[in-house]
Amino acid sequence: MPAEQGLRVLIAEDGAADRLLLAQIVRRQGHEVVTAENGEQAVALFAEERPDLVLLDALMPVMDGFEAARRIKAMAGEALVPIIFLTSMNEEQGLVRCLEAGGDDFMAKPYSAVILAAKIGAMDRLRRLQATVLEQRDELARHHHHLLNEQRVAKAVFDKVAHSGCLRSSNIRYLQSPYALFNGDLLLAAFTPSGDMHVLLGDFTGHGLPAAVGAMPLAEVFYGMTAKGYGLVETLREMNAKLKRILPVDMFCCALLLNLSFERGTVEVWNGGMPDGYRLSAAGEVLSVLQSRHLPLGILAPEQFDDRTDILPLTAGERVFLLSDGVVDTGDAKDRLFGVERLREVLAANRDPGQLFDEVMQALERFGGVPRDDISLCDIRMAEPGGLAPVAPVYSDSGRSSPLDWSLSLVLHADSLKRFNPVPYLLQFLQEIHGLRPSSAVLHSVLGELYSNALEHGVLGLDSRLKQDAAGFAEYYRERGRRLTALSEGFVRIALRVEPMAAGGRLTVEISDSGTGFDIEKVLARPASEKGLSGRGLHLVQRLGVRAQWLDQGRRARVEFGW
Amino acid sequence: MAVESDFSPDEKQLTIKVKGRFDFGKHQEFRDAYERLDPTPNSVVVDLKDATYLDSSALGMLLLLRDHAGGERSDIKVINTSSDVRKILAISNFEKLFDVS
Repeated sequence: MPAEQGLRVLIAEDGAADRLLLAQIVRRQGHEVVTAENGEQAVALFAEERPDLVLLDALMPVMDGFEAARRIKAMAGEALVPIIFLTSMNEEQGLVRCLEAGGDDFMAKPYSAVILAAKIGAMDRLRRLQATVLEQRDELARHHHHLLNEQRVAKAVFDKVAHSGCLRSSNIRYLQSPYALFNGDLLLAAFTPSGDMHVLLGDFTGHGLPAAVGAMPLAEVFYGMTAKGYGLVETLREMNAKLKRILPVDMFCCALLLNLSFERGTVEVWNGGMPDGYRLSAAGEVLSVLQSRHLPLGILAPEQFDDRTDILPLTAGERVFLLSDGVVDTGDAKDRLFGVERLREVLAANRDPGQLFDEVMQALERFGGVPRDDISLCDIRMAEPGGLAPVAPVYSDSGRSSPLDWSLSLVLHADSLKRFNPVPYLLQFLQEIHGLRPSSAVLHSVLGELYSNALEHGVLGLDSRLKQDAAGFAEYYRERGRRLTALSEGFVRIALRVEPMAAGGRLTVEISDSGTGFDIEKVLARPASEKGLSGRGLHLVQRLGVRAQWLDQGRRARVEFGW
Repeated sequence: MAVESDFSPDEKQLTIKVKGRFDFGKHQEFRDAYERLDPTPNSVVVDLKDATYLDSSALGMLLLLRDHAGGERSDIKVINTSSDVRKILAISNFEKLFDVS
């Protein structure tokens, strides 16, 4: 088969007759020919003319074919310049030398035009194949470089967003593989206005850019709603609805969300599709397992979404340990998985919490795991009330619109009480009053406390003494859910009044409920040591140094904020 | 073939068998098993007897199938699941969407 296109062929042959004959044969086959009389000339011509293929006599004066072949191959570099040795040698050793010197084929004298054409054709195919491979390799390298650069930029932007939260807070320890984001892992943490801490560990389906794309909107909802004082449930609903709306059907986000309330000594948990998290004692024993009870985010329509959370006690020093599936799903050479049991062994053996991550990583290594780039570990310690200093939000408006002379009264009846929490909306509104901003955290805590007291103890008639221990705690919240679902009458009324005063102003908040009231003196007289996990609300309000009064046999609470 | 599909004699139920690793590599084959059918049967059985492994993109593919077969109205059974596969389906709580056995 003749070569598809004319090639430039270098012929090096010391015999003039042979050289002419060969040149003629090759030219007739449609190629361009340059000729050399010895090896040295051949090397010089190669450098000058860059031929596509070389026919080289093995035995020549000045420089023989073997040396010339070595030099030509060195000059050609990665590109394939086929060399066909021309030889009258028949003994095996001679032919082997031709190939060892870099020759690709050989041709015995006397020359057959047909065989020469076939050999040039075959070599040309090899030459093109090599050229294509090199071209594709370079293109791949370019694309890869481009991709890495894009990932670097995207990661830098995302890190700004992700780290706008409080991951650096002193009670959080975390470890993430450098490009975990591009494997869909996501870790966010932020303070609520009342000083609680929200944490999200998420894992999007898939890898690469598609897995990272959903992270932005999720982070935005998380930070936006947390900063505005929305609870875990409202934030979850919004995140699910948003992801359902924007992600394709086959993409979703496994997520574990926490709300750590330092004031109440509780942690609220929602786990949809993430591996078990662990609630640990100060000494590191597993107190309970935070199992996945829900479908991941972005699968169910808003009306089917299950936003039920679990609320568990967590006292100062106790910890929550979270991880992504990259840890338990790390496989060894035989495709065995690291698994939950090996992880539990590491947890059981741990003595110093500061060493836990190192111990997990060492265990993965000992197990012979193939290193994965989607490992996230997070360890959050419960702090004493007021032990952490949340960063105050930055306001950008001038304050001119500050409304100082108004009142409003909002009454929520049974149906609204079941599904709606008015506190974030009211707080949002109160943020417009500049004088109140410095006490924004206290305002959040007090309003939140008084509203849950009115709902839980007033309307639902729950006894907070149930919350004596962990089991009672769970029972309390189960009962709360049952009673709320069954609720058919009752109300909570919130009245706000803002008045300008000589130097500043005053906000009066009254929250009343349809319940039977309580013996104010008796509850407030209970010493802190006896109350265990119960009755924190009232003490909390008192401890925050707010002027608080209970009227109508405990059915109405009144607090005042002045500035 | 790593993904095989089969109709019941009355042609009302489609069975899709997945063999080997059920991951992103099977994406096209899995979609081909049901997308070209007209009308799409509401009742689909996914047989994982010979599936050795299942990852999150396989869960995504199951969601695509569910969507295609009518979402809420679909009737999709995932059968012959190994204990490892069942564990993965359980963590994601996919039993709430699929009839897993």
